Amino acid sequence: MRGPIVEAEGVVKTFGPIRALDGVDVAFEPGIIYGLLGPNGAGKTTLIRVLTTLLRPDAGTARVAGVDVLADPVTARTRMGLAGQFAAVDDYLTGRENVEMVGRLYGLRGDEARRRAAEVLERIGLVDAADRPVRTYSGGMRRRLDLAASMVGRPQVLFLDEPTTGIDPRSRIDIWNLIQDLVADGTTILLTTQYLDEADQLAARVAVIDHGRVITEGTPAELKDTLGGSVVELTVPDDRRDETLQALATVTGEHPAYEPSTKKITVPAPDGARTLMAVVRRLDESGIVPDDITLRKPTLDDVFLALTGHVAQDQTQTPAAPAGRPRRRR
Amino acid sequence: MTTAAPPRSRVTLAQAIRDTGVITKRNLLRNVRLPQLLLFSTVQPVMFLLLFNYVFGGAIGQAIPPAAGGKYINWLIPGLIVQVATFGAGQTALGLTEDLSKGVIDRFRSLPMARSAVLAGRTMSDLIRNALIIALMLGVGFLIGFRYQTSLIRLLGGMAVALAFTYAMSWVMAAIGLAVKNPEAAQSAVFLPVFPLVFASSVFVPTQTMPDWLRAFADNQPITVTTNALRGLILGEGALLPGQTVEGQILAALAWSAAILAVFAPLAVRVYRRTVS
Repeated sequence: MRGPIVEAEGVVKTFGPIRALDGVDVAFEPGIIYGLLGPNGAGKTTLIRVLTTLLRPDAGTARVAGVDVLADPVTARTRMGLAGQFAAVDDYLTGRENVEMVGRLYGLRGDEARRRAAEVLERIGLVDAADRPVRTYSGGMRRRLDLAASMVGRPQVLFLDEPTTGIDPRSRIDIWNLIQDLVADGTTILLTTQYLDEADQLAARVAVIDHGRVITEGTPAELKDTLGGSVVELTVPDDRRDETLQALATVTGEHPAYEPSTKKITVPAPDGARTLMAVVRRLDESGIVPDDITLRKPTLDDVFLALTGHVAQDQTQTPAAPAGRPRRRR
Repeated sequence: MTTAAPPRSRVTLAQAIRDTGVITKRNLLRNVRLPQLLLFSTVQPVMFLLLFNYVFGGAIGQAIPPAAGGKYINWLIPGLIVQVATFGAGQTALGLTEDLSKGVIDRFRSLPMARSAVLAGRTMSDLIRNALIIALMLGVGFLIGFRYQTSLIRLLGGMAVALAFTYAMSWVMAAIGLAVKNPEAAQSAVFLPVFPLVFASSVFVPTQTMPDWLRAFADNQPITVTTNALRGLILGEGALLPGQTVEGQILAALAWSAAILAVFAPLAVRVYRRTVS
């Protein structure tokens, strides 16, 4: 297919006084993984719901795989798959029954649905557990099964809403591998995530969404480049912080950013080590001794912080420390 | 992974029926596999049957018409069938709110299936489930002395009237459940209106001894009318009030069910559309 596979123009959705989507424009190319980034409440899930025909926008248009999702939602649904924020699988059915049921609802006949379910379960690595009730599955297995269900209809576009939120690191890697396999087969994948390292690992392109608008779009490398190369990151004693921010304000001509949750101050370092030296000199002149100071390549977290003024996720809840239950949307 | 699923730009009636079948089967499997659900849904009516028969039977037995063959259980069973039909319909609200809160409805809605199948399948599986519970209750009733006073055909006719009523009530409950959305709230939202309706009726006792204002309500509300139709069919015309005929009560009961369905099925569909978008 030529041209974008997912397109949205001027999409607006309000919930009472809240403008969840405030004129979203996107155009995603086929065959790659897109990361949709944004803090909680930025509108990621709302955008996914509009694109997957679950929610009618107040204004705007959206096309998925060449089909207008507002004018012809039924056809649009045949071309896409959705795995939502919490695994929508049925605890009291077996894994196989869950996937077969979805196949039947895609319009497959009984034996076709059975064959397709077996294929997908094999693919997802759940063959051994396929005939056990889902309530005996771990969180990671449930997510994989949910992913399996979303693949049954051989979708051209797969929407994954926070596919690894709240699962253990090992399952997270499994899901990453699976997503990479799928895209290698030609499926376009649109995933939302709060974990920027996930987007960095998986996504060929990312779009950052905040306050219901797409504020930037590009490859992770492009976005990092907008910060002008490296960053200097430092921490100082709390009582010297304001002083430090003031002292560093004139080093590069750009304001240093301070993130309260990590207590880290970051300064864009367009000249790399030279900027670091300038920062150190300035601190020395002001008689400030940092607790820690490093020069490093920017991460998507830095991009995010620079663009939105806050971090993407609560630092206390990293994927390495599983959050137990997936968070519910609003 | 390049071939797309067969295109289905319009959902035909045949597909809608097939999808309804798939959802019905899924809901019924849940019933079978969720032991508590099955236990409580069958134990509760049987408990009601035993309690009412042995605790109140002696006292109420004096007041019932002779058509009941002198046994309170004969009077009680038709009423309890209607009570089970009403309470059982509440399950529709609980099932829907649970699916809603777990994201299952979102999954269904993202599939190229008939949207109507979610509600149609839910009400259908609850109808089958309630039919089984009623059959079970009849079985226990037979064991402790219930005997129909007319014919087997008429008993089955009574079942049919009760099932029409429970199906209509399922749509009422669907609308309530979808309006309140969360399973805990649905529990009270469903049973609060149902309790007074079931007790202020002829289900457990004849209405003659109620105060006039209450009796005016009790005699005309759908639960009483449906119960009367069942008593007429199962016990004969002698079980009805003077002036009432079996045919009249059956027609009135079916009219109630049809009217409830005509109002609440479209309403539930509208609430469903609004709730999920």
